[in-house]
Amino acid sequence: MPARRFIVTVVADRCKECGICIALCPKNVLEKGNKLNWKGFHYTVPARPEQCIGCRLCEYNCPDFAIFVVEAEAAKGETVWARQA
Amino acid sequence: MGEASLGFLNANQAAAEGAITAGLKFFAGYPITPASDLFEYLAKKLPKYGGVVVQSEDEIAAINAIIGASWAGAKAMTATSGPGFSLMAESIGFAAMTETPIVIIQNMRAGPSTGVATATGQGEVMQSRWVSHGHYGIVVLTPFSSQEAYDLTIKAFNIAERLRVPVVVLMDYVLVHTRERVVLKKPPEVEVLERKKPTKPPGEYRPYEPDPEDLVPPMANYGEGYAVLVESMAHDERGYYAPVDDVYERLVKRLVDKIEVNRHMVVESATYHTDDAEVLFVAFGSVARSVMSVVKEARMEGKKYGLFRPISLWPMDEKGLRKAAENAEQVIVVEMNYGQLVREVERIVRDKPVHLVPLLKLDLPTPEEIVEAARRWL
Amino acid sequence: MAVIRNIHPLDRFLRPERLPHMWCPGCGIGIALSAFLRAVNELEEEGRIDSRKIVFVTGIGCTARASGYVRFDAAHTPHGRAIPYAMGVKLANPDLIPVVFSGDGDIVGIGGNHFIHAARRNMDMLVIMVNNMIYALTGGQVAPTTPEKIYTTTTPWGNPERPFNAVTLAWIAGANYVARWSVTHPELLKNSIKKALLMEGFRFIEVLSICPEVYGRHIGFRSPVELYTHLRKVVKIRGKIRPLETEYDWERGITLGEFVVRDEPGFVRRLMEVVKGGKA
Ligand SMILES: Cc1ncc(C[n+]2csc(CCOP(=O)(O)OP(=O)(O)O)c2C)c(N)n1
Ligand code: SF4
Ligand code: SF4
Ligand code: SF4
Repeated sequence: MPARRFIVTVVADRCKECGICIALCPKNVLEKGNKLNWKGFHYTVPARPEQCIGCRLCEYNCPDFAIFVVEAEAAKGETVWARQA
Repeated sequence: MGEASLGFLNANQAAAEGAITAGLKFFAGYPITPASDLFEYLAKKLPKYGGVVVQSEDEIAAINAIIGASWAGAKAMTATSGPGFSLMAESIGFAAMTETPIVIIQNMRAGPSTGVATATGQGEVMQSRWVSHGHYGIVVLTPFSSQEAYDLTIKAFNIAERLRVPVVVLMDYVLVHTRERVVLKKPPEVEVLERKKPTKPPGEYRPYEPDPEDLVPPMANYGEGYAVLVESMAHDERGYYAPVDDVYERLVKRLVDKIEVNRHMVVESATYHTDDAEVLFVAFGSVARSVMSVVKEARMEGKKYGLFRPISLWPMDEKGLRKAAENAEQVIVVEMNYGQLVREVERIVRDKPVHLVPLLKLDLPTPEEIVEAARRWL
Repeated sequence: MAVIRNIHPLDRFLRPERLPHMWCPGCGIGIALSAFLRAVNELEEEGRIDSRKIVFVTGIGCTARASGYVRFDAAHTPHGRAIPYAMGVKLANPDLIPVVFSGDGDIVGIGGNHFIHAARRNMDMLVIMVNNMIYALTGGQVAPTTPEKIYTTTTPWGNPERPFNAVTLAWIAGANYVARWSVTHPELLKNSIKKALLMEGFRFIEVLSICPEVYGRHIGFRSPVELYTHLRKVVKIRGKIRPLETEYDWERGITLGEFVVRDEPGFVRRLMEVVKGGKA
């Protein structure tokens, strides 16, 4: 069976840098970014999406609706912004 | 349709009948003298009209239940007396803030505190207007007979539904123990109004966006797909919390102004021999019945007495009162407390001497007692 | 004006223009809300619920602010009064599905009397109580759920009170469904909500939550991850045990699980039966 692939998306302007997703991710996909969002938080970045196994612990435990995971053809880490000027 | 029937009812029963005629579908209450009769009467009767009556664990639950029921689409009411009304205080403000149509029957008894549960009183003139914290609008109607209890309860629903405000029907212990003839009118003999429905689709509808003419926002009910937010915090037209000067100011002003703008729907008074009255009495509720006898007897003796009786207590018919007082040399306010209505009368009738006759009695004062108490100005 | 996009799979149940929400970084309330929304989403996808029938009712508190973020019919009622409000909603239109989502202080503190009587009547509603063991919005005073000896701003020498075990309270009062979960196990919580949403009568789900800002600070776990990890050690999942066997103790452990599943008729059905069958 070929390995499943996932797109991990962080909604940068909702992330509050709580670190829960990073701590829970079993595959070390996520890390604290070095850029700030408009609220002054270092938003999480999906640094190693190719390691993601789609367990969704990050999505289910994020208090801020700021990260989610979808199955896809190719693995990808995305940072998006909900609010656009 | 359109027929009327006759009833021999006390004010509790008459108010219950009025509520049924107006389309009451949900009643929640907690037993208290002298409002339990109304509750029991509805408990038997309302289910036959497809309505629900429930006894809640306290009056706080009752008032919140009727607010929830109103948003679920029902015409909703509760009934209580002073102690229960005090408990409802916070949530009456919630109803005002969220512009929820509800009717509260408040049967006054002698206070303060537990007071005398089986005696009459008029201690809630001011409380009925200012029961909850903050500044908001509210309507208070005061019947003085079973017939008026019937008519004014219908009117209370019409105002509540049309203006999206809480309406209090302020009755008293004497009225609810006096059985008398009531003509029970049905539509179209009597007007029954419904709340305004949204004209905009769900995506555009805003639950607190007023129509410019009457300052009243149309009301979507729960379950109709509008995702309405009933918000107790200061909110914008969407219902979103908005701790912002101009939004706050606009909201609070509108909560008050929408009643002013629609005064014609609300304001009502009755006069008795006021055209040439040199002594003008002002009284409401059951006390006005005794004062009426005073005026009647005085007229037979050729004395020019008259009576002005506010029917809407808040807001009051200020023009009507001023007109009734035009020829008066004395204005005498008779009330069963230590001076509440008199403050309003003094404010409205500025150019005449206004006197207070406070009657802190447990039974309805007789005409003789009133004359005796007012002797020095007569 | 900024344009706000729907992005997250749950955004259709949210008001994204109001996000980010007011809750502090790492606050468990958002995890609990997310589990609720996923439960609704799944039930709707399975064709088992119409989300337009949900009426989402909250009292006052940090938790209670949730009503402002969800795109359901909703109410943000006075402190403690969500349950009677929801009762009125249900009795006026039995097609509606009232869900009360509020804090522990709101539900078993100031609203405690409403809680036990709604459970006693088996009033048809789902109550989700987010228990952060503290009065958070007001800055950290003792709650009826605060564990013994814990420092709070109104018990500066330590809490002398015994806390409620809300599970036993709901059970003894007569609820049809009683469960306790934790934000550290959001999938179990979601499954429980899915089940409870479809039942009749009074359903109660307590959700242990983390309040890093206030409770965490009081007990020395300032970082959300530390508090989360600690709570995961405090809770103990137990299958098939009765409410009286559950524990509620910060030191010894707090029992999670599903403790009551009854199918007694809810209040609406009882009311209809007596009115139809009886004579008044
Ligand atoms: C009648 C009334 N009393 C007090 C308050 C102040 N108050 C606001 S929230 C709150 C406690 C909230 O605690 P809880 O329900 O546990 O919610 P949390 O903030 O912890 O989520 C209090 C006491 C109020 N709003 N209304
Ligand atoms: S789905 Fe699982 S593996 Fe993938 S990023 Fe999230 S927590 Fe890590
Ligand atoms: S859990 Fe959510 S809010 Fe917290 S760091 Fe991760 S993405 Fe950001
Ligand atoms: S104070 Fe506590 S409960 Fe309130 S939002 Fe912050 S972390 Fe959450």
